[in-house]
Amino acid sequence: MLDLLANAVVSGLLLGGFYAAVTVGLSISFGMLDIVNIAHPAFVLLGSFIAYGANAAWGLDPIIAGIVFAPLFFLLGTGIHRVYDASFARRGEESLRGLAFFFGVLFITEVALVLAFGADYRLVETPYSSTSLALGFVGVPLRLLVPFLVSLAMITGIQFALDHSFLGRAIKAVAQDRLALRLMAADPVRVKEIAFALSIATTSVAGALLIVIAPVEPSLGRDYIGRVFAICVLGGMGSLQGTLLAGLIIGVAESVTATFYGPSWSPAVAFGVLLLVLAVRPAGLLGR
Amino acid sequence: MRATGFWLALGAVLLAALAMTELVANQYYYFAGYVVLQYVVLATAWNILGGYTGYVNFGSAGFFALGAYSAVALTKLSAPPLPVLILAGGVVSGLVGLATGYLTLRLRGVFFAIATLALSVVLHTLIINWDFVGGSRGAYTMRPPPLVFDSYVKLLFVTMLLLALVAVGAARFIERSWIGRGLAAIRDNEQAAACSGVPTLRLKLFATTTSGFLMGAAGAPFPLYVTYLDPSSAFSLAYAVNSIAMPLIGGTTSWIGPVIGALLLGTAQQVATVTISSAANLLIVGLLLVGFVILAPEGIVGLWRKLAGGRRQ
Repeated sequence: MLDLLANAVVSGLLLGGFYAAVTVGLSISFGMLDIVNIAHPAFVLLGSFIAYGANAAWGLDPIIAGIVFAPLFFLLGTGIHRVYDASFARRGEESLRGLAFFFGVLFITEVALVLAFGADYRLVETPYSSTSLALGFVGVPLRLLVPFLVSLAMITGIQFALDHSFLGRAIKAVAQDRLALRLMAADPVRVKEIAFALSIATTSVAGALLIVIAPVEPSLGRDYIGRVFAICVLGGMGSLQGTLLAGLIIGVAESVTATFYGPSWSPAVAFGVLLLVLAVRPAGLLGR
Repeated sequence: MRATGFWLALGAVLLAALAMTELVANQYYYFAGYVVLQYVVLATAWNILGGYTGYVNFGSAGFFALGAYSAVALTKLSAPPLPVLILAGGVVSGLVGLATGYLTLRLRGVFFAIATLALSVVLHTLIINWDFVGGSRGAYTMRPPPLVFDSYVKLLFVTMLLLALVAVGAARFIERSWIGRGLAAIRDNEQAAACSGVPTLRLKLFATTTSGFLMGAAGAPFPLYVTYLDPSSAFSLAYAVNSIAMPLIGGTTSWIGPVIGALLLGTAQQVATVTISSAANLLIVGLLLVGFVILAPEGIVGLWRKLAGGRRQ
């Protein structure tokens, strides 16, 4: 019983670290920029399939593929933000129509993946896929530990860049006071564009981590919509430490639920937490 | 359109459909027509909350599936007639709609939309784990022999048409009455509306309940239509996307917008499913949604008004 619980908690923590990597982009776009990118998980899936393709074609390690393709995702993010900005933000209609726009993008990405790769599960074999470290009675599978560490590194890197560069501070400022940003001789639209592109670039890496952890299929993104928004809101919208903390909480909650009540209940955990947080404390754990 | 003209038009549509059941023998038209009419109900229901009131519901599939599974549960217990199933499905979804209405006290805009999506997934998980209605394996529903028409599909088709007419009539009534003006005031500025004495909470509860009721009623005959229902087809994302895309493409400010959107997009999807593939037709819906949202934010009705207005000047 106890070792079952310990194993569930450890794998939940590792999984939670990975969830934080999936959410960190949303914490930037939704939390800092107020862009409701509901298509975020669909881009994560796109990242997974690109890592899968690179692995199948050139035998590239999926995580390295994720990092290599991140600049391409950055460009994709730039393009999407241009369309979004020209069509909605400037007209002041970003809420309803912007939401519908990203819902459409989510749908297009998913169907495009189904048409390109089929609806089957795809997986990637890596040297660390099937090894596991044993610490007493707790097993630590490397396929969870490696994504966890990569995720920590990515979040720390982004946090460092946000804290210690002019652009980073401008990104944090843009949602709060556009005029003040203008006075500092920075273009708010340009700053938002770069930040949004960065948020899409993280999905390339997150997608690669996803396919290392488990096989993926195109509609998997829907399960992640609830998770990422739950984590983002629970973490306090735009706080990266909060995102990590909330990711760990959701990860452990799901893992314990799956161990003791069966995996078919675990999708409800994140959404249940989300509903609860929205109803009780919309500011989240580490919210301003 | 004046009131009498409108109701006469609805009656004419019904008579035309009844005449069709006597003349057209090919069952396929009833199968396809049922789906299109189902989308008319869903789009109209979504628009009462989304278009009139400005609260976006991403969980249409959840309300629809709740109606369908209420019907499955009832037919497992006894075999009530179709109108009872529809009423029951509507009431269950309407009550859930009422609950989401209370959510609007705390959640505005985007957060409400995300909460409805979350609600839909929670319901999905509950149904998967509820063995009485088949769980993830799905459930078979036996069709009783039709009492009125010579085939059950015709009966379902006419039933769905009646539902669509009721939904459209209700939407038009709401739009033209003081309720619709109150809802529009909430959409434009909720705080200002409350300050001007608009009973915002009561109106929002009315909108979420009516919208939920109609979606549930649209879902209730679905188990009899497919005869085999599993959670992933009942909670399909296609319902959520279509019930948003159709009003946005048609135009959200009047009752005719969702009807135009549903008839056009619904028919196009039926044709595309037969001629191309079912994955491709969903891609078309996504592209149309994005295209219209960017290029024609007022939908087809808005485009038409612009053209008509331009001609007059």
